[in-house]
Amino acid sequence: MAVVNEWAFIGVFFAIAWVFPFVPILGARLLAPHKPNAIKQSTYECGVETVGDTWVQFKVQYYIYGLIFLVFDVEIVFLFPWALAYSQLDFFGFFAGLVFVFFLFDALVYAWRKDALEWV
Amino acid sequence: MFELNAQSIAFIVFALFSLGGALGVVTTRNLIHATLYLILSLFGAAGFFVLLSAPFMAAVQVLVYIGAIAILIVFAVMLTRSMTRLSDIYNSQWLLSAIVAGLLFVLLLVGVILPVWGVNGTQAGREVSSIVTTTVDLGKALVDQNQYVLPFEVASLLLTAAMIGAIVVARDDKE
Amino acid sequence: MNDVCSINNLTQCLLDGGVSPDLANLLTILGGVVLVATVPLVTVIFLIWIERKIAARVQDRLGPNRVGPFGLLQSVADAVKMLTKEDITPMGADKFIYNLAPIIAFATVVLIWAIIPFTPLHIGADLSIGILYFVAVASIGTVKIMIAGWSSNNKYALLGAFRTIAQLLSYEVPLVLSLLIPVMIAGTLGMQDMVRAQGSMWFVFMAPVAAVMFFIANLAETGRAPFDLLEAESEIIAGYNIEYSGFKWGMFMAGEFMHAFTAALLAAVIFLGGWWGPFVEQVPALGFVYLGLKTAVVYIFGLILRSTVPRVRIDQLMALNWKWLVPISVANVLITALLLKVVDAIGLAPQSGDFFAHLPQTLVLLVGNLVLMFGVATVLRNRGRAQRLVDEAAHPVEHEDAPVVAGAVGH
Repeated sequence: MAVVNEWAFIGVFFAIAWVFPFVPILGARLLAPHKPNAIKQSTYECGVETVGDTWVQFKVQYYIYGLIFLVFDVEIVFLFPWALAYSQLDFFGFFAGLVFVFFLFDALVYAWRKDALEWV
Repeated sequence: MFELNAQSIAFIVFALFSLGGALGVVTTRNLIHATLYLILSLFGAAGFFVLLSAPFMAAVQVLVYIGAIAILIVFAVMLTRSMTRLSDIYNSQWLLSAIVAGLLFVLLLVGVILPVWGVNGTQAGREVSSIVTTTVDLGKALVDQNQYVLPFEVASLLLTAAMIGAIVVARDDKE
Repeated sequence: MNDVCSINNLTQCLLDGGVSPDLANLLTILGGVVLVATVPLVTVIFLIWIERKIAARVQDRLGPNRVGPFGLLQSVADAVKMLTKEDITPMGADKFIYNLAPIIAFATVVLIWAIIPFTPLHIGADLSIGILYFVAVASIGTVKIMIAGWSSNNKYALLGAFRTIAQLLSYEVPLVLSLLIPVMIAGTLGMQDMVRAQGSMWFVFMAPVAAVMFFIANLAETGRAPFDLLEAESEIIAGYNIEYSGFKWGMFMAGEFMHAFTAALLAAVIFLGGWWGPFVEQVPALGFVYLGLKTAVVYIFGLILRSTVPRVRIDQLMALNWKWLVPISVANVLITALLLKVVDAIGLAPQSGDFFAHLPQTLVLLVGNLVLMFGVATVLRNRGRAQRLVDEAAHPVEHEDAPVVAGAVGH
């Protein structure tokens, strides 16, 4: 029952957390003046008219960073239970973690050597 | 059998998130909207994990799927030119793919659910296990010689291979 | 029999008063949620004042001093101004998502507060996976930036959003890797247990490298200098929230201030012993004060850093993360794991809960951390020297009165 209660707390928190930012925004909507016109609503860039479509093509480097992050993220997810149980593991447990992290490091070294970590 | 308590209400809410999100993914024409619907759907799935007393899996669901994969999908969408708005979500093969998807779903229903939870299924009258498996047990099982240490290491190797493959495919080597 | 109704026995109290069990439970939870969620809302008003005051002092100014005593009510005045400011939705914006983004931005930060153990008593939720909850909720933060940048229909917003997401994703790796160390030492993911495990020794002494990594990664996660690239005016104007005005913009700003404070709060909980302090077990409310003081130390250090250091470039930002922080964090995990097993094998592991029982283990871990720090510092120094030689060869420095001799470079 206690465990359920903890999550009920989180559930209620999720249900009402959005109210805190919503109320002032709603208040502003009621209080603030609202007189839109075409110039006011135009896109704010450098002072000149915006050119072309906003949703431009992005370079591949963002995707590579995303992929490297994803691999690390999944590895860390595996490492969390390992770290949690670590005090109850024997030396083999350390060794298993070492091999696991070694492969992770391997991937990082590969990305590094291939210049996949460079921004430009 | 069915009673309206806090848990069943939560289940219904998460089911609505999950199914509504999934429906949104396949019906919207805007790929970014589709990603947001996908996030909603995944969030519902995380809620199911909490209801199943598997909070670790719930956190992983949010961390990996919403925090990483959904963002990766957005990056992938932005890599492609003028793909954020599809002009038409149907193409000439929509009927064929609908039939295949429907058949797969029936296969899943008949092949997986019936033998397990059907009338003659193995799990039909089984009590829910009373053993509480904690994250600590998971950690111990992952590095136990008699349990999952090999899959644990192979998973790491697989992820390394995935990353190397991704870098090879995504980068255009000028040399 | 309890005579006094407080947050801890509210359920029982309501039951005694004849309220139905379900309703009593719900009311207790609601009360707790409102209590926990109001703290950050009240704090953020003062945070902005403190931040402006400290930035002003560093820059030899006075800072806000007109509205209220010491300018304390400046943030209130700002809030009133924002309430009455016209809210502009740019043309071509994706309206629903555009309005959703500031709400998510603020809500995700408030949500982290659900698991903070303020006192030894039970307030909020003490989840068994507390730390992972924090990591998971923090990772939703990237979504708000993505949708704010995308829905504004503005190239700068989109560019800023993508840069910021790349930054947040990258720095999440050392952040989470550094959290593995306290988890390993304490053997728990729950926040309250994490604090209890630090009863005789704070984790900052056992894992200083992890604490520093956590601090640096959090500076980047919260967009604080030297990693405040998301608001680099000279490059991307104001980043992902450029088109927002009025209170929607205010929500992004308030969320950012609060996130920085929340990060300091978590650092205090995970590495500085949370609510531990003298007499805290007799007077639990003192825990709130101790936690506040520890948080203030971390937070104000971050503020002074913010107004002192210049901003890094985006390529330097990425290089710092992937080529320094991530390898150091991985090495740190392995070194700590090895030392913990060695300490265990030679029988130095703490047998009881007092300070001296923890001393040998702490010393071993501390020495291991110092060796790692020294190694990193040595590599950094050599790299810096080599780089300086290359730079000076490419662009010779011209001093009018003291010409540089080639042989003297690098000393």
